[in-house]
Amino acid sequence: MALQTNRRFSTWIGGFLLVVPSIAAVAVFVYGMIAWTVRISMTDRISASIKEPKFVGLQNYSNLISDSRFTHAFENLLKFTFVFIVGTTIAGFIMALLLEKGIKGEGFFRSFYLYPLAISFIAMGTVWNWLLNSNVDADAGGLNLLLQKAGLGFLQNSWYLSENGAAYALALPAIWQMAGYVLALFLAGFRGIPDDLREAARVDGASESKIYRYVLFPQLTPTLFTVLIILGHVSMKVFDLIIGINGKSYVTQVVAVYMWESTFDQRNYAKGTAIAVVLLLLIALIIVPYLRWVIKQEEENR
Amino acid sequence: MSAELLERKITPLANRRKRSGKEQFWLIFRYASLTFIWFLIVMPIYVLVVNSLKGVKDVYLVNAFDLPKSLDFSAWPTAWSGGDYFSAFSLGESMLRTLFFVLQSSIISAIIGSINGYVFAKWKFPGSNVVFTLFLFGMFIPYQAVMIPLVQFVTNLGVNKTIYVLVMAHVIYGIPICTLIFRNYYASIPDELIEAGLVDKASRIRIYRSIILPLSLPAFVVVLIWQFTSAWNDFLFAIFLTGGSPKLSVATTALNFITGSSNQVFYGLNMTASLIVSLPTLIVYIFLGRYFLRGLLSGSLKG
Repeated sequence: MALQTNRRFSTWIGGFLLVVPSIAAVAVFVYGMIAWTVRISMTDRISASIKEPKFVGLQNYSNLISDSRFTHAFENLLKFTFVFIVGTTIAGFIMALLLEKGIKGEGFFRSFYLYPLAISFIAMGTVWNWLLNSNVDADAGGLNLLLQKAGLGFLQNSWYLSENGAAYALALPAIWQMAGYVLALFLAGFRGIPDDLREAARVDGASESKIYRYVLFPQLTPTLFTVLIILGHVSMKVFDLIIGINGKSYVTQVVAVYMWESTFDQRNYAKGTAIAVVLLLLIALIIVPYLRWVIKQEEENR
Repeated sequence: MSAELLERKITPLANRRKRSGKEQFWLIFRYASLTFIWFLIVMPIYVLVVNSLKGVKDVYLVNAFDLPKSLDFSAWPTAWSGGDYFSAFSLGESMLRTLFFVLQSSIISAIIGSINGYVFAKWKFPGSNVVFTLFLFGMFIPYQAVMIPLVQFVTNLGVNKTIYVLVMAHVIYGIPICTLIFRNYYASIPDELIEAGLVDKASRIRIYRSIILPLSLPAFVVVLIWQFTSAWNDFLFAIFLTGGSPKLSVATTALNFITGSSNQVFYGLNMTASLIVSLPTLIVYIFLGRYFLRGLLSGSLKG
């Protein structure tokens, strides 16, 4: 086959030369800079005044563990991630379930369900900052007012200002923004299931609910896996959403925000890079197995 | 490809024969749920729109959901120019600056992506699959992990004083996703087309120009829209690489400054400014949403 990798140098060298600039750019700006980040994270460059940083090994990392602000941010991130992943997956799945059979007006609903993905977190943060206002009862506005009107007044909340619930509250706008993504993935998953499977089960006399439970849902396991990975890595990186709603405030700080504060306000590059490396490791932990899985699948399909 | 699957038409079961009472119930239930969700999804943008029509002052949270008593467009020009409220930043100027850099970075990204995609799909070299996988990983990294060296690099080079620093960042860190979208698109073009060209003694470059490129329009649209939207909405690169300098503010950083800085908050202005910043990507989504969706699904590697 002429198009399979041809071992003859004269055949492939042209293509290789065309991508050399990109390879160089990725090598330097992705991998090179990651290596550089790791290097800084092992020095004592804890303020702008240190001109000749010394190697300190893993000192900065062990400092993070005892840094209560970091553990606080990390805890917030875990809380946020939990509610965000569970909420977005369920919301998106329900939306897909409602649409999957095809219904008049599907295009209309789908376009609206997906529009939040096109808007910046910073812009929507302004609205959510307002809607998640902490005033209750007579002074209430925004979401608290809506809850009252719906007869759910007892659910009124101080949202991102509450001491324990702040990180959970911020998952709400995130779910609003990302549910459409999950909808799209699941809808594509549903539609990828051959009609024959459904028909065969029907012919066998299975009820609709049984068809979902035993025929369709098992087929969606790979989609669910994709959804969890994508949401997980989005969640680890969450940054603009938090900044857009509540700035750098301590209560809602997550790892990425704390990294920004350490780097920008304190000019503590050693700490900033150490936090960044922790973030990278967390993401690599879920993305690397995912990449291997996707590539294996692709090879099997060939 | 999953994006096409979404468009697959499914004949509603109920159309085929008369609906039973149970089916009728479920149909109504589905419409009621879909409508309820629709209201939840539309609510924030509704709040943006109605409150941008209530003027600059006297916009309060308790009335956030009420329609304006009379249409007052005065918040729009004020938000655009900054007026007396935030004189250091002009949202209008930032928007134009953003448009200027975003158009450039998307076009350059698309060209690079197309060339790379062709090589990785149809002109492979030994090890190209490994290189491609290494590219893909670059798509998922948290950019914090490259940010500090990147800031030092652009500062030493002096590009951080110009808006081109953002063109550079979005082009470079956009390489993985743009390559991926084009590579997947080209992989769906039959090999026979290219083999026919090779038999006719056409060069690989010639084949790219006269066979592949004319077929590439949909992929170009996907990549252009994707890069446009993500660069327009980007906050992370903008805030780190321009150091929050007002002279280099882009839409998101300017908006963040406007809504986050002043002691006295004017909600009418804030809502209007947020709406203005959202409009370009919203308009693109309204007209070319299908292509946006494809970019989105590619990002999950399931495109």
